[in-house]
Amino acid sequence: MLGLTASEAAEKIAGGELSAAELFAFYRERAAADRAAGAEGLNCFTWVAEENGSADGPLGGVPLAVKDLFCTEGVPSQSGSKILEGYRPPYTATAVQRLQGAGATLLAKTNQDEFAMGSSNENSAYGPVRNPWDRARVPGGSSGGSAAAVAAGLAPWALGTDTGGSIRQPAALCGIVGMKPTYGSVSRYGMIAFASSLDQAGPLTRDVRDAALLLSHMVGQDPCDATSLQLPEPLAVPSAERLDGVRIGVPGELTGEGIEAGVLEAFRAALEEAVSLGAEISEIALPHAPHGLSAYYVLAPAEASSNLARYDGVRYGLRAPEARDLLDMYTRTRHDGFGAEVKRRVMLGTYALSSGYYDAYYGRAQRVRTKIAEDFAAAFGHVDVIATPTAPTVAFALGEKTGDPLAMYLNDYCTVPMSLAGIPAISIPCGLSDGLPVGLQLAGPAFSENRLLDAAYALEQALGFDGSAARV
Amino acid sequence: MIDRDEVLHVARLARLALSEEEIEQMARELSAISGYVAKIGELDLDGVPPTSHVVEVTGRLREDEPHECLPREVALEQAPDATGEGFLVPSPQA
Repeated sequence: MLGLTASEAAEKIAGGELSAAELFAFYRERAAADRAAGAEGLNCFTWVAEENGSADGPLGGVPLAVKDLFCTEGVPSQSGSKILEGYRPPYTATAVQRLQGAGATLLAKTNQDEFAMGSSNENSAYGPVRNPWDRARVPGGSSGGSAAAVAAGLAPWALGTDTGGSIRQPAALCGIVGMKPTYGSVSRYGMIAFASSLDQAGPLTRDVRDAALLLSHMVGQDPCDATSLQLPEPLAVPSAERLDGVRIGVPGELTGEGIEAGVLEAFRAALEEAVSLGAEISEIALPHAPHGLSAYYVLAPAEASSNLARYDGVRYGLRAPEARDLLDMYTRTRHDGFGAEVKRRVMLGTYALSSGYYDAYYGRAQRVRTKIAEDFAAAFGHVDVIATPTAPTVAFALGEKTGDPLAMYLNDYCTVPMSLAGIPAISIPCGLSDGLPVGLQLAGPAFSENRLLDAAYALEQALGFDGSAARV
Repeated sequence: MIDRDEVLHVARLARLALSEEEIEQMARELSAISGYVAKIGELDLDGVPPTSHVVEVTGRLREDEPHECLPREVALEQAPDATGEGFLVPSPQA
């Protein structure tokens, strides 16, 4: 059963060769064992289901791991934070509800960086997640538990969210597929918010077909999210074998300085493979992309400082005891409940939005965002797809970057520009460097999901990456 | 450079209590990060419109129809302190 992709398992269940109950029991046991092992395991999960919620539909009862920040009715949804410890929401996020409606069953909730703020999963109040390729290393973040669980074969597939790279970067570091669709294509209703103009849900899967299948059952307009929209065409399961005539642009700004040599080597080899499949490669310019990180680390903390104002000890979650008065209760609850990185970003965001600094920081960052979107629009005038490494390095050691927030932020260098422009991007594993996976990122214009999935599928077949070494 | 007084001012705005150690550390780290993000100050952005939402969506109005909302007892269930009618909080002025 461990060898099957989620799509294959769904087909076998539909064909009567495999029972959904058997599949659930198999994965439940694996996930529960990891949870029971605590810090000795990978620490992928914050909750594991006791029972199989039976479901019919095209997803055939294939179990799904869901990032902690998706609200799931009656099931702990803590967004990796102590301030939401034990919180059991009274409703379920639209994306999860749709997948359950299509026949996915909830297997587990996955560990993550607190409120999705992080690139290593070391910011979780529930302990760090370990990378199944090397347990002394991070899985990436913030969807680190989802990525590690899929890579290790503790879940057939998983849901994550991506604000500046939080699906793509952990997918790259764990050697699996991760996709951030066009902003708005998946409802954000019931996702515990980080930065609302950037947050987007997406799949973390073993292969590209699984990503297409899972995503196809998540997308769609939702009356509960006014920014959600209908994709202009339905998502198809990809089948392309060739890349004839596909024009791939390579931006010098994201493929040079700051990218580790071993990562670049695997990236270049993947491009050669694309050429042999018929693709045309050309250099393109994204002159403002290097400023993406600066703009992102103004906009995302600013939105976060506003979104996280709701954690005040009144309606849910933690409340600091023995408060002198209301204000004292607010400030001490937030002091006790938020971790260091969340405090840092709340402070940074509040500072950037405060009187006298708004124009210099927030206003300028929004203008940089416009320039970045214009760069992409210009590039897509003459290429179909843009390729970059997903992350500047392979998985790094636990603790290596925790003392230096700026060094940690650089993990998002190649993924943040696409987030700011709201365009879809997918990361697929393209090889190993020093025995650790390297991710290839493909990005396209808004609503080009089918084109991206096709290109990713053709390359995946040609590259033949084998992720089985990470399975536990 | 973000100094101690500025950290305390921002922490008040953010309704966040900080320990002595956190205040010092926050001043150092916020200075470094704001120095980095200030690089966007070098760009010529005159006449560039701001982007707050990336995909063009015109305001859609839903039908104004009454529908069920969370029952009060369910909404109060997760509160640290509540009466049957509402959330219970410490007095604003002790």
